[in-house]
Order: sequence, then C-alpha cells, then structure tokens
Amino acid sequence: MQTNRRQFLSLAAGAAALAAAAPAPTRAQPVPTNARIVIIGAGAAGASLANRLSDRLEGAQITIVDGRTEHWYQPGFTLIAAGLKSGDYSVTQTTDWLPRDVTLVADYAAEIDPEARRVTTVGGTALDYDFLIVANGLTLDWDAIEGFSLDMVGENGIGAHYAGPAHAEATWRAMDRFTDEGGQGLFLRPATEMKCAGAPLKYTFLTDDYARRKGTRGNMEITYAAHSKSLFGVPIVNEKVRMLFEDRGFTTVHDHVLRAIDPGAKTATFETPEGPTELPYDFINVIPPQRAPEVIRNSPLPWADRWVDQGWVEVDPQTLRHARYPEVFGVGDIAGVPKGKTAASVKWQVPVVEDHLVAQIAGREGTETYNGYTSCPLITRVGRAMLVEFDYNNNLTPSFPGMIAPLEELWISWLMKEVALKATYNAMLRGRA
Amino acid sequence: MKEMTLGTLLAVFEEMFGPVLFWALVAAAVAVTVAFIYVVIRDRAILSSRFLRAELLAPVGAVAAVAFVMMVTNSGLGDIGGPIDVITVIGIALAGAGGLTILVYTLAELLFPPKERDG
Repeated sequence: MQTNRRQFLSLAAGAAALAAAAPAPTRAQPVPTNARIVIIGAGAAGASLANRLSDRLEGAQITIVDGRTEHWYQPGFTLIAAGLKSGDYSVTQTTDWLPRDVTLVADYAAEIDPEARRVTTVGGTALDYDFLIVANGLTLDWDAIEGFSLDMVGENGIGAHYAGPAHAEATWRAMDRFTDEGGQGLFLRPATEMKCAGAPLKYTFLTDDYARRKGTRGNMEITYAAHSKSLFGVPIVNEKVRMLFEDRGFTTVHDHVLRAIDPGAKTATFETPEGPTELPYDFINVIPPQRAPEVIRNSPLPWADRWVDQGWVEVDPQTLRHARYPEVFGVGDIAGVPKGKTAASVKWQVPVVEDHLVAQIAGREGTETYNGYTSCPLITRVGRAMLVEFDYNNNLTPSFPGMIAPLEELWISWLMKEVALKATYNAMLRGRA
Repeated sequence: MKEMTLGTLLAVFEEMFGPVLFWALVAAAVAVTVAFIYVVIRDRAILSSRFLRAELLAPVGAVAAVAFVMMVTNSGLGDIGGPIDVITVIGIALAGAGGLTILVYTLAELLFPPKERDG
C-alpha cells in the first residue's frame, strides 16, 4: 500500500510540475517601425488595441484621442439598473487601462481628413497619422425623443439605463418603485442599429422578475414595443424570446418606434405603419436611436448607401479595414457591420485589426477574419440567463457546445455574467484576453 | 471563447480577484497541498481514523462553498435550470468538501502529530 501511495504521490507531484511548466503561448517578436498610429476613442476597442499594438510594435508612435476621463464597463449597466450593483461597479479611469508608451490626448476628435491623413481635436491639436483606428463608439440620440431629457430619469416612472452608471442607478430607483406599486410597464428598443440588442429584453425580464418576487406582478401589465416584426434579429433566438414573453405574460406590439413621451400625462407616442400611436406607462425604459458620433458623420468615412441616417464607418465586414482608405480601420460600435455592437464583439474584432495592421507594417498580408461573432448573456431573471452567441449568418456559435445550451435559461450562464464577464473584459482591455 | 490558453485564464483570474489576492490564494492552495503531502510522507500513510474525522466536516465545506458562490452571485438553488447547473453545483460542493477535509486533516496532523504510527 505504501509503495502505491508513494507512486500516487510522485505521479501527482509530477502532474503538478508539468501543469506549472506548461509553456506560455509564445509571443511573436515585436515588429520594428516608426509608424504613426492614431486611435480615436479609448473605450473597450481603443484601449485593447493600444495595449496590443504597444506589445506587438517596437518604436511606433501610438496616440489615443479621447476627452472622456472615465471608462465605463457598459455590460454592467443592466446589473446596476437591476439594483444588483452600485453605479461605481462600471466606472474606472481611462488612464487605468493605457500602456505607458502610448500618448493620450485628452480631447475629442473634431475633424478627420483621410485624404491628408490628419485628425484635428476640438482644442485644435493636429495629429498626422500613417494608420488610423476609429474606435469612438456611438452616440445615444436622446434629443430624438421629444419631451424627454436625461434629468427626468429616476422620477415619475422614467428609466434610461443605457445613459450611464448614474442613470442606470436612477433607473433602478424608478423600476424598484414601479414594482412596488404596479401599473403599466413599457419597454422598447430603437429602430437604428444599437448596442447589445439583448439589453432591452433583459430589462423587461428583470422588471417582471422583481414584480414576481415582490408579489406585485398581478398589479401590472408589461408591454414590449418592438421596432420591427421581431423581438431579436437572430430568428432562432427571436422564436425563443417570443416563447418566453408568452410564458411571462408580456403583451407584445410590433412596428412601434418611440418618438415622444409626455411625462405629465405618462404617455409615449410611437410611429407605427398606421400612424402615431399612444401607449400609457407608469414605468418606461427609454432607449434612443443610436448613431455614429458627429465627427464621423461629418467625415468621408461612413457608408454612402447604407445606414445613411446613422453614419457607421464603411469597413470590410471580415477585416474591418476601411473600404476606401486602406490605412483606416473601424472597430467596436462605430464599425459599419451588420452585427456586433457589444464588448464580446470587440474581443473578437480587436485581434483581427491587430493582425492586419501589424502584418501590413511588417510587409505581409493579414490572415485573421471577423465572422460577426457577438455574445449576449440574455438575462431572463435574477439568477438565470441564456448564453446566446451568434455570427453574421445568424448561426448560433456556442462556446461550450454540448455543455452550455444557448437557448436554455441556466444558472451557469448567469454565473458567467456575474463573475467572469467583467474580469474577462478587464483582461481584454489590457490586451491579455 | 475563441482561445482559452493558460495565459488568458490567469489574466482573467487576476482581474477577478486582483493580482495580489489571486496569487495569495494560489500560494495558500499550494501551501496546503504541500503540507498535506508532507504529513502523508512523514506519517508514511494517510491516518484513516483522523481522515475519517476530518471527513465529518466535508458536508460543511460542501454547503459553505455552494452558499458562498450563490451569495456572491445574487442567486439561489431555485435558479438551477439544467443538467450543467446540477453538475456545476456538485463540482463546487466537491471542491468545498475535499478542500475542507484536506485542510482540517493537514492542520490536525501539523498541530498534533501522531505519537506512534497507527496507519
């Protein structure tokens, strides 16, 4: 027995030693260059690329342009608006995530001239570039909703959990009150491309869940006003959400696009094929149309014939390289691709841009491609989510096939959202995941 | 996950706990494992009577581990939704049970070494 135990112990020790000595993935030698690279935007995509390029390139002058001092972990907004995290859960400083050898210009870009290869900031600083990475996200067009302003959020049943950490917290106060008192709950999404198309659905589910926990679900009606004929762009997911909505007793109306609210009368006006329609609310989660920032819309970078009211950058969907200016890349929310305005997409897009840019500098051809991957831990109640992942072709692309079913409401998917997602996001910002 | 390398996993865990706490936890786990191996080699056996007594605490470790995970994730047993969830709960419980048993056995062996070999 003793010998066996010894053998076992030495085997175990050997296995441990092997695991510890497992070779780290080898990093390619940095490519020497004196290229001037300008990154507009220090959000998820901009910060990750700054870190990765600073690792991969030797001698490059990398400048990142962003006037925002705070960095927001936006996937946390839903949890904040559900009262599960406080506002500071999503807030760090922009400078926390940038490598030392990257120059931060703490200002917003005001003008992009891709012919002259120059970016000019609001303060008048001119930055000439050899390569430009456009990663300045999108603008939430609150002014497009008549009668609404952000200072209303948190009072009189008005929520707007996309607006930022403080507004997400205020939205929670309004939702908490609504689920105490009951009435008409009104949920919606804009007709434009948008960040995380699952978030409006999640928030509807979460409100329902709180009402059930408080025993007030019977005192309220929950209406979801979809902008089109479907609830979610991926048909198989749409069908599942439709079933869940039915199960939860939500009323769904289609082809409704929010145009105005009347906070006094507590009504919302929607454009529909039959003309303007009013719906009452006691709680509404306003999500406005989303567009490219003005600096992009005023530049030659957007698509000329697609999303003309939104202005997304005209990039190749596979390489994210600009269709007309090959030294320009668009990554993250600003990229004019049919899917992928999420942090998960950024995680897949960033290595593609890195590969093509570094390859070009090294005189090679890049090989990586982006397939439209997007992931959405679609929360269906506190404690459960569906880990929905898909690509450009609306195929489901589960990360754990055969283990974590994408269309099942699971606790493990919730665990990932709660525990692993922010850590993975932070590791991504540092260029390590 | 596109690529799940050891480096990626370490990076994610460092972000989850903070690098100091993460490596302190790793160091603690390694220390307990080494101490366990040490007492087993010193005693030339796992002392079954003592191990059995340590095992009495296994259910406490199991329940504590599951309760801890559910507490920090704002969830509960009612959220178990499918087979993978049950497997995950069992895995967490086993880790808690095994961890506490080894810890208690090792501490007992270190603090109160056996007077004569009884294994």
